[in-house]
Amino acid sequence: MNLSLLILLPLLTAIVILLMRNAAQVKWVALAGAAVQFVAAFVLLFQFNHQRALGDKAQMLFETQYNWFPSWNISFHLGVDGISVAMILLTAFVVIAGVLVSWNVTKMTKEFYFLLILLSLGAYGFFISLDLFILFFFLEIAVIPKYLLIGIWGSGKKEYSANKLALMLMGGSALVLVGLLGIYFSGTEHSFDLMRLSQLNIPVSVQMICFPLLFVGFGVFTALFPFHTWVPDGHSSAPTAGSMFLAGISMKLGGYGCLRVATYLLPEGAKEYATIVIVLSVIAILYGAFATMMQKDLKYINAYSSVSHCGFVLLGIGMLTKTSMTGAVMQMVSHGLMTALFFAVIGMIYERTHTRQVNEMSGLLKRMPFIISVLFIVGLCSLGLPGLSGFVAEMTVFVGSWEHPDTFRRVATILATLSIVVTAVYILRAVTKTSMGPLTTGFEKLTDATWNEKLAAVILLAGILAIGLAPFWLNDLVGPGAEIIMNKIGK
Amino acid sequence: MPGLPLFWRGNEGEAIMPNATYIALIPLLPLAGFLMLGIFGRKYFKNTSGVIGTTLLLISTVLALYTAYGYFFEYGKIDGVYQKLIPLKYTWLQFSEGVSIDMGIIIDPISVMMLVVVTFISLMVHIYSLGYMKGDERFPTYYAFLGLFTFSMLGLVISSNIFQIYIFWELVGVSSFLLIGYYYDKPSAVAACKKAFIVTRFADVGFLIGILVLSFYAGTLDFNTLIERLTSAESTEFKTAVAASFMGMSALTWGLVLVFIGGAGKSAMFPLHIWLPDAMEGPTPVSALIHAATMVVAGVFLVARLFPVFAISSPDALSLVGYVGAFSALIAAVIACTQTDIKRVLAYSTMSQIGYMMFALGVSKYGGEDGLGYTASMFHLFTHAMFKALLFLGAGAVIHYIHSNEMKDMGGLRKYLPITHITFLIACLAIAGVPPFAGFFSKEEILLAAYQSNQSIYWVALITSGLTAFYMFRLYFSIFWNREAHVHGEHKGEGGFAMMMPLVLLAIGAAAAGFIPFGHFVSTDGARLETEFHLMFSIAPVALGLAGIFIAMWLYKKASDKPDKIASSLNGLYKAAYHKFYMDEIYMFITQKIIFNLIGRPAAWFDKNVVDGLVNATGNGTKDISETIKGLQSGKVQQYAIYFLVGVIGLALLFIYWWN
Amino acid sequence: MMEPGLYHMLFISATLFFIGVYGFFTRRNLVTMLMSVELVLNSVNLNFIAFNKYLWYDKMDGLFFTIFVIAIAAAEAAVAIAIIINLYRSHNSIDVENAEELKY
Repeated sequence: MNLSLLILLPLLTAIVILLMRNAAQVKWVALAGAAVQFVAAFVLLFQFNHQRALGDKAQMLFETQYNWFPSWNISFHLGVDGISVAMILLTAFVVIAGVLVSWNVTKMTKEFYFLLILLSLGAYGFFISLDLFILFFFLEIAVIPKYLLIGIWGSGKKEYSANKLALMLMGGSALVLVGLLGIYFSGTEHSFDLMRLSQLNIPVSVQMICFPLLFVGFGVFTALFPFHTWVPDGHSSAPTAGSMFLAGISMKLGGYGCLRVATYLLPEGAKEYATIVIVLSVIAILYGAFATMMQKDLKYINAYSSVSHCGFVLLGIGMLTKTSMTGAVMQMVSHGLMTALFFAVIGMIYERTHTRQVNEMSGLLKRMPFIISVLFIVGLCSLGLPGLSGFVAEMTVFVGSWEHPDTFRRVATILATLSIVVTAVYILRAVTKTSMGPLTTGFEKLTDATWNEKLAAVILLAGILAIGLAPFWLNDLVGPGAEIIMNKIGK
Repeated sequence: MPGLPLFWRGNEGEAIMPNATYIALIPLLPLAGFLMLGIFGRKYFKNTSGVIGTTLLLISTVLALYTAYGYFFEYGKIDGVYQKLIPLKYTWLQFSEGVSIDMGIIIDPISVMMLVVVTFISLMVHIYSLGYMKGDERFPTYYAFLGLFTFSMLGLVISSNIFQIYIFWELVGVSSFLLIGYYYDKPSAVAACKKAFIVTRFADVGFLIGILVLSFYAGTLDFNTLIERLTSAESTEFKTAVAASFMGMSALTWGLVLVFIGGAGKSAMFPLHIWLPDAMEGPTPVSALIHAATMVVAGVFLVARLFPVFAISSPDALSLVGYVGAFSALIAAVIACTQTDIKRVLAYSTMSQIGYMMFALGVSKYGGEDGLGYTASMFHLFTHAMFKALLFLGAGAVIHYIHSNEMKDMGGLRKYLPITHITFLIACLAIAGVPPFAGFFSKEEILLAAYQSNQSIYWVALITSGLTAFYMFRLYFSIFWNREAHVHGEHKGEGGFAMMMPLVLLAIGAAAAGFIPFGHFVSTDGARLETEFHLMFSIAPVALGLAGIFIAMWLYKKASDKPDKIASSLNGLYKAAYHKFYMDEIYMFITQKIIFNLIGRPAAWFDKNVVDGLVNATGNGTKDISETIKGLQSGKVQQYAIYFLVGVIGLALLFIYWWN
Repeated sequence: MMEPGLYHMLFISATLFFIGVYGFFTRRNLVTMLMSVELVLNSVNLNFIAFNKYLWYDKMDGLFFTIFVIAIAAAEAAVAIAIIINLYRSHNSIDVENAEELKY
């Protein structure tokens, strides 16, 4: 499969959307585009597995390389391994669901869908690029639509949130850029090519400087403590699809960058700073969880819980074992699907009740059984119920973290496991308060989900269940990629 | 399963393997019921869902009995020892070399016994609910949840991998949560289901860490391999696990204690028992199934599953199990004497009986005659499932009739509910340990095992057995004798065939289950264990039990003010017991005051003001600086030109200076 | 009569430059300011020519640059006058004091 297709498809969709004349056409084009992406992602998965089954042991499959800026050694270099394929699948799931739940957007529909598709373009490009320069290029493409999505279609204090999000993410990108340039100029051979750089030995002194830059830079995207405050404000002000994309895809850009760029290219730096990474991620896990307990707005609850859950991604990366890294990637995929669904459900509830305050609603199960059932399932996924994806990912991180015999990492792991109780507390509080109890007066006329909302929920649920019930396929997909990273660290 | 052989006999010298297909069907049929009724129930099976669920479970029960027959009488034994067979194993999630979560089936005496118990009780509850829940708005959902629970519980008992058991452990937790919160518009039910889930979840963290510890030292998650490696003194795994120590206890002991915490949470052992009484908010048949007969004994089952490791490698952890069990048994019995909600009395009695099972394991040793406690514990689990389910279903019939849980609304019901009355009496006699009912036999074995190895636990157990007889008959007399209740007119009788048949079947079980020679089937090492009865030994507990019954009769058979007088003479103790020794208040204090106010609130405050404050301060700082220097941008071209000129001159001077 | 040397040229050029700068700072009329800028440019031109003649008389670079500057000055004048005319149309004045909207 030619990987350029993954970039061309959204690009084409975006262009066609601009040519459409009315909202209905725009929606159907966007849905068709998202569906084609969805199919393409599955084709990629099957071709990838097929290729691996044939015995292709290359680290990256389907590599394509075009000269782009030869004098600076920048090339348009694409390729995927299992980790990227997993992330692409995640993106495809979230995009199609996001398009479906935005069916009722009436304000500037064309621009809205254009930006959504543009965001997905950035994400796909980011996950498949093997050249750091174009990787950075796509990272920026994925940031800018978010600013507009929140600023124009958002709610609440949207200008503040949009500015905060854009500035903090741009700040992160700036650190990333500095780090990338540091790597570029480190050796005698100037290269942005990931595969080339992984063979060159970047001097330890450079690694010591560049690792924190890159890790913190990407970490801002993944809500690394204490650079996480854009998460709650950004998510809560964004429109539903915006929150889904933000939490489901954008936050994963950072995790992927931390793993693929910072840890893989700078193994010495990763080892040196592992302690700090672990401490920060454990703080994010627990502190995010405790802060969530005090929130009253459903979107804030999910946003803070994202801080906590993304802490597991960083913990898995910081623990530096094959299992924990596999767990980190699984957690990215799992959390992406789960949180996208969570935001979708919150959006559906908000559209009906016009409130997101937990205290202002109760007994919704009576009026909207489908939506609330989905809310229950996604809540249970969030608190790590077996059979759903969250459990698999978290357990893999725990088992991987436990592979270290030293006391510090043991304690960190135990502290992280404690969060599953706190998660249970806040999830149950939110879910039971809204859906159980006597029905709030004034809500007697509410209706259940419409076809598009049902379809979106079912698609994301299918992803969650596919991982939760049969995690081995994802494990086999991601594991070898994590092993290559570990081998480089081990050397 | 006609056409499918009962088991596969391998070539000469190979192990005999039972046919996994039909064993796998035992849990999968209820799962199918859950999916079918959960997704399509509301639309297509509005009225038939009960029949569908019950039929599926009936097939499961038949298959479980078939498996039990095959295992115990056909192929399970090799050289007189019951084997641990693994007919199915499928790698579900591979972590690293040797460490993987496998979905498998283990067939050994306790899992087969549990298969029978769970399917049988669940079937009874399914049938009973056909009558009890008739006309309920969410009838299909109810049966869907019952199916989910049965699936999880069956999956739990046949787990061959410690992580697999954790998976099903969580699933039974969530099904229990869903069923407690079944009447979701009742705020007390919502609070109870949350409490049950969170308290057991807290214990599960212990279980999880315990799993991590054990699996790290054993290098495997598979039960058989894990037990083998951690019990043989020569294996390197065993040596490192014992050598590694943390705060004065070996890593192995830590691991087992943590696993036991998980078990204690599920089995409502002190101090993690607070969720069980509240869990009675669920529909009564659910309480019978989950919170009396099956799920709450999961902790006992877990300790039994890992029993060789407890008994051989870590006697310290095992004696902790014993003491926790004994203490819980006593304290629950004391509290049960004071409660007035009949389901709560039964809940505390459940806790007390599970305490019996726990300390029976705690006083046991591994192998041969010394393993009496283990056999007794499993025996008691078996008989207790029968009579406690019966008690709950009987209580359900009473509640169904009188529409109240409170003792004060009841009395004299023996005339209105004759079948319920007789079966309830049988169950009470069984739990009080009156021969020849089932409870007598299992309790005698437990007391004997305790007497042989730990005198202090024996005395606690003896006192508890007297208390048990007293509070059970207090309950019995208050419901069926005492004063006349005001029964409202429009009553429809006892609830029909669907509700009475399970009562009768369970009553037969409660009366006769004691005659099963349990030691022949279940023992620590799989070999036949002969249990004998010493008439002299039985005198003390039976006499105490009868004394308890007579005191209860004297106090409660006729309505009088005697109980109140005694209560007021024991003022402090009575009050403390009535308020469940203030455990709920202590928990509320810890969670509300300490966790919410001292951790949660400051964390949220810190985030909003300090971390976010820093971010905003950066933004505002930048803004302030721009505000102050924006005067330079006056719009006056000539001013700019002057700045420019000054700048140029300055730079020129600087260059001149440098050149020199 | 004394042959004019490099220093004379530079003196004249410097004088022209500062007259231009002074005019630019003090005049309020935009056209006058533009004229002052022309003076500054011409002083630079004079410098180029002078240096070319006295120091590197075998090269033509100074002359080229001078021609460049003249061409650019012409273009600049065209643009500047266009701006001034527009300003006059909107403000009815070409006083620089009145054209200070472009601030902050």
